[in-house]
Amino acid sequence: MGWAIAVHGGAGDIPLSLPPEKRLPREAALRRCLDVGIAALKAHNHPLDVVELVVRELENNPHFNAGKGSVLTTSGTVEMEACIMDGKTMKCGAVSGVSTVVNAISLARLVMDKTPHMYLAFDGAEAFAREQGLETVEMSHFITPENIERLKQAQEAAEFRYFLYTNFSLGLFKLQTVPKDAALADGDSQIGIVGCVAVDSEGNLATATSTGGIVSKMVGRIGDTPIIGAGTYANHLCAVSATGRGEAIIRGTIARDVAAVMEFKGLSLKEAAAYAMNRVPRGNAGLIAVSSTGEVAMLFNTTGMFRACATEDGYSEISIWDSPIE
Amino acid sequence: MGWAIAVHGGAGDIPLSLPPEKRLPREAGLRRCLDVGIAALKAHNHPLDVVELVRELENNPHFNAGKGSVLTTSGTVEMEACIMDGKTMKCGAVSGVSTVVNAISLARLVMDKTPHIYLAFDGAEAFAREQGLETVEMSHFITPENIERLKQAQEADRVQLDYTQPIQKEVPKDAALADGDSQIGTVGCVAVDNEGNLATATSTGGIVNKMVGRIGDTPIIGAGTYANHLCAVSATGRGEAIIRGTIARDVAAVMEFKGLSLKEAAAYVIDQVPRGNAGLVAVSSTGEVAMPFNTTGMFRACATEDGYSEIAIWDSPTK
Repeated sequence: MGWAIAVHGGAGDIPLSLPPEKRLPREAALRRCLDVGIAALKAHNHPLDVVELVVRELENNPHFNAGKGSVLTTSGTVEMEACIMDGKTMKCGAVSGVSTVVNAISLARLVMDKTPHMYLAFDGAEAFAREQGLETVEMSHFITPENIERLKQAQEAAEFRYFLYTNFSLGLFKLQTVPKDAALADGDSQIGIVGCVAVDSEGNLATATSTGGIVSKMVGRIGDTPIIGAGTYANHLCAVSATGRGEAIIRGTIARDVAAVMEFKGLSLKEAAAYAMNRVPRGNAGLIAVSSTGEVAMLFNTTGMFRACATEDGYSEISIWDSPIE
Repeated sequence: MGWAIAVHGGAGDIPLSLPPEKRLPREAGLRRCLDVGIAALKAHNHPLDVVELVRELENNPHFNAGKGSVLTTSGTVEMEACIMDGKTMKCGAVSGVSTVVNAISLARLVMDKTPHIYLAFDGAEAFAREQGLETVEMSHFITPENIERLKQAQEADRVQLDYTQPIQKEVPKDAALADGDSQIGTVGCVAVDNEGNLATATSTGGIVNKMVGRIGDTPIIGAGTYANHLCAVSATGRGEAIIRGTIARDVAAVMEFKGLSLKEAAAYVIDQVPRGNAGLVAVSSTGEVAMPFNTTGMFRACATEDGYSEIAIWDSPTK
């Protein structure tokens, strides 16, 4: 037993050639968030507060696809989603279509704590945020130049596919494929989302996930993050936060499956996480998870996943690809 | 093996004293849907097309979906629907739909015509128009009974405040009309053909007096709706309990990971949900049917290729 915490900043096709100016700020952010989370756990804060705190930090950091730095819809707007869940009580809160709330994860927390519901979206979520006095700003606050560029590239790529389709009748170029994650010239594709899972030394578990979604998504598109059991889930056994292609994570009910397989097949956290990940098509997902007994698992079947974790016995790790950087 | 179909019109505190003028139209609605579904299966339609018969229940004002949807706290309609194909595991969901006559068909289009799984509110409405789906004024969906239900729910909330009890805002008690007609739930259909193709569809107006923007279990894959190669499930009841319990996913998970039959798995899952909160209909790839519920009743009907059929509300089938 003992506390444990894991944090992720998104799984995806993160090229090994990612230049330092893209890599270092994210590693630094993961390190800072890990430290914030560790300090909160050592101070005996409840895991729900710990995961909210950590995810807020990541939302405020423009280098991750959540809060400031969120990817843009096809209309150039921001529609953020977030979800939080308490493993012991199984209370949860989720929001979608949030465009002016500085910290969507805190709005999700309020849905859980202050309403009889679990999930509020779009205008209703925004109205509730104002009712609750949450900090709101102009939507432009969240939009970064990198994401304007990513949207432009995604739309150009889609137009090119359409051009090929209409001019060459190439059946291969389906008009409506999931937009390829628009990579900037240096390969920085900003897939994914941010998340945090934590357990304290009494076995209280919590998970929180937050995202801007996928580049050039249709207005109104909801992904896996706010879907309990898909991108976010916690019960008395474990807490899970997933990242990757939303549609694959939803179909695969990834987060729920980790816990289900632990319970129904008697697998350990690491075995269960591997089992759930193996059922997802390669290149599509990653997850972080902690168990009630302080185990940690961080798996991905993409090129990389920005991640970090620490346990009470002193272990800690920050990684992007397969070998930990520290 | 053989085809099978099950339909539900909502689980909840349906009183045994439900008067005939409330009971008979719903039984007739279920019977008609069952017949439509049976004919479609006999004609070898794909289960995805068969379960879209949920449109019939949406069009029927006696059920909490489409016309007849319960109202938000602002007196508006925000409908949700979800459809899933067990073999491909493709799925489509919509929420916050206010003018589309058949939300289930919009969910189907999200599945078939977009790279996404789930569209909501303005984005869903815009997509519906792009696709040429039939849309109407929101007033089309609003019935006098639901205006009354909303009024009663809001009065019940006020009464709670007057007593100044510690108000944890509880899930609004389903506003029961004087005759006990509380209209909980949703509508749904699951079907399997004799090749083992499975599909599920669920549609709802949500819960009475819900906050604007509130999303329930229906469009949440794994909660109210789920299908894979083993079974197809559609759940009904208190959305928040169904979401926490990941009901629909768990039926399939328990079949797979514990080796239970469909009926055993469905019963197991419903048992885990606090009493009075949920019901479901499910079919398996081998043509089994299960319709368990832990509420007073659940409007339901089913039929299998071997000739069995049933329409029921409480524990003993009415026919």
